[in-house]
Amino acid sequence: MPGSAGVVPGDLVEVSVDVVLANDITAPISLREFESLGVARVFDPEKVVLVADHFAPNKDIKSAEQCKAMREFARAQGIAHHYDVGRMGIEHVLLPEQGLVLPGDVVVGADSHTCTYGALGAFATGMGSTDFAVAIATGSIWMRVPETIRFEYTGTRQPWVGGKDLILYTIGQIGVSGALYMAMEFTGPVVDGLSMADRFTMSNMAIEAGGKAGLFAVDDATQEYVAGRAKREYQVYAADADAVYARVVTFDVSDMELQVSFPHLPENAKPVSEAQGVKIDQAVIGSCTNGRLEDLRVAAQILAGRHVHPDVRCIVIPGTQQVYLDALREGLVEAFIEAGAVVSTPTCGPCLGGHMGILAAGERAVSTTNRNFRGRMGHPDSEVYLSGPAVAAASAIAGTIVHPDEVMR
Amino acid sequence: MMLRGSVWKYGDNVDTDAIIPARYLNMSTAEELARHCMEDIDTSFVGAVRPGDIIVGGENFGCGSSREHAPLALKGAGVSCVIAESFARIFYRNAINIGLPILACPEAVAGAQKGDALTVDLEAGTITNARTGKIYHTSPFPPFIMGIIEAGGLVPYTRERMK
Repeated sequence: MPGSAGVVPGDLVEVSVDVVLANDITAPISLREFESLGVARVFDPEKVVLVADHFAPNKDIKSAEQCKAMREFARAQGIAHHYDVGRMGIEHVLLPEQGLVLPGDVVVGADSHTCTYGALGAFATGMGSTDFAVAIATGSIWMRVPETIRFEYTGTRQPWVGGKDLILYTIGQIGVSGALYMAMEFTGPVVDGLSMADRFTMSNMAIEAGGKAGLFAVDDATQEYVAGRAKREYQVYAADADAVYARVVTFDVSDMELQVSFPHLPENAKPVSEAQGVKIDQAVIGSCTNGRLEDLRVAAQILAGRHVHPDVRCIVIPGTQQVYLDALREGLVEAFIEAGAVVSTPTCGPCLGGHMGILAAGERAVSTTNRNFRGRMGHPDSEVYLSGPAVAAASAIAGTIVHPDEVMR
Repeated sequence: MMLRGSVWKYGDNVDTDAIIPARYLNMSTAEELARHCMEDIDTSFVGAVRPGDIIVGGENFGCGSSREHAPLALKGAGVSCVIAESFARIFYRNAINIGLPILACPEAVAGAQKGDALTVDLEAGTITNARTGKIYHTSPFPPFIMGIIEAGGLVPYTRERMK
């Protein structure tokens, strides 16, 4: 709101959007709504991003029709940032990688994990298809200014503990509605030392605590990530020194173990030692939460030279074509295949029970994805245990959920 | 606007995968989605739901994905209103945007059982339970939200205003 004297939590404001995003499952409803609005052109084709990632490469005829509708809309409207098979990746890995989202941006996405971009110091939040339609028609959207919970992480991380463990632990502490309608701000010496990949993972799961956004301050790591990707100016914002927080929560993580969230809610986070011995049928390593090169490196470090347990299907999904290529060049893909894992083209696929690894009744998966709701990865009587890439890779080898040290001996 | 219907009662954290499983997101019309509404947590729902029926849920109703398919499936199934202790943010916006009234009222939730006949007066913000005779008060919608619901959603409402 340029020129505004500032806002306080609870204010309803109309904001201009810098990026508006939809995917192959949320776009079809949006496009119908957009047409129904009677507006001929999108407000700015450069600011609209469409990604075919959920059920692409097309898993069936209906999905093919949805991708086709989105493709035809992109062509008709001159939307250059339409990512189809061959260029596409999982949206929340792809947009930062391509420099499409930058610090200070306001991003609205018809996908709940749009909050991922808070890692870049952007205000990004998920909305529905109708909001997307109105945003691409008008270039603006109304929002309620959220209260903020500030999380401060202190101490020293144990070996293998990453962003996924920190966010699962946080959701375990505050619950799946612990930050309902609020922004979560991640601070403290522990997160200052996190890679951008780990930060994306944490912001990504703000929605799993009900959060509207998951924000990090912009620092040298952010600037380094953005350098060479940004093709336009951007502005860095910082938290006000006198900001009023709804709550400040401090976690000393020194004694925190690797985390696993038990079925059927992300808040069921427990130390990996308590999950030890749970038999698994499938391990999924990928998604908008953990499909980045750093995640695959962790998995490869554990899988290289070892073998996936004969009773386990291990599915590795690089987040984008670039991640795939980098993983290939670094030898990670070879390590995965030699270990007996499959490596898939980028897709959201199994995370939401779409394709590429659906569970049958009674089956159990350990997965680096973000949700373990009943039936999320397939049959309503299947189960998903959420973890970071280290636990998922180690468990794929052991056939049961284990700490990586168990297989690295 | 008065709504009348029987209660379908569920617990806390009814997520969007429960309301409409992702395997059906290769479809996008309310009619198609309605055929699979709630099926993973309540196989009786689709066959027995009647036009006007009211869903009553606990905390954080509609958590999870941003899929507008979830309120669309409920609307397509004939559900006239959702009453819960609290709602997930995106679901709340989506429901209003497609013209499905939703009310946060923990007291009404606590006092409702499956099959109760409820009458909801949206203008007055009251919920009446015929079985118990109790009347619950919630904040009525502001005029612009009422306008969106009466128009059938944000898009028809916006189109009407642009005329």
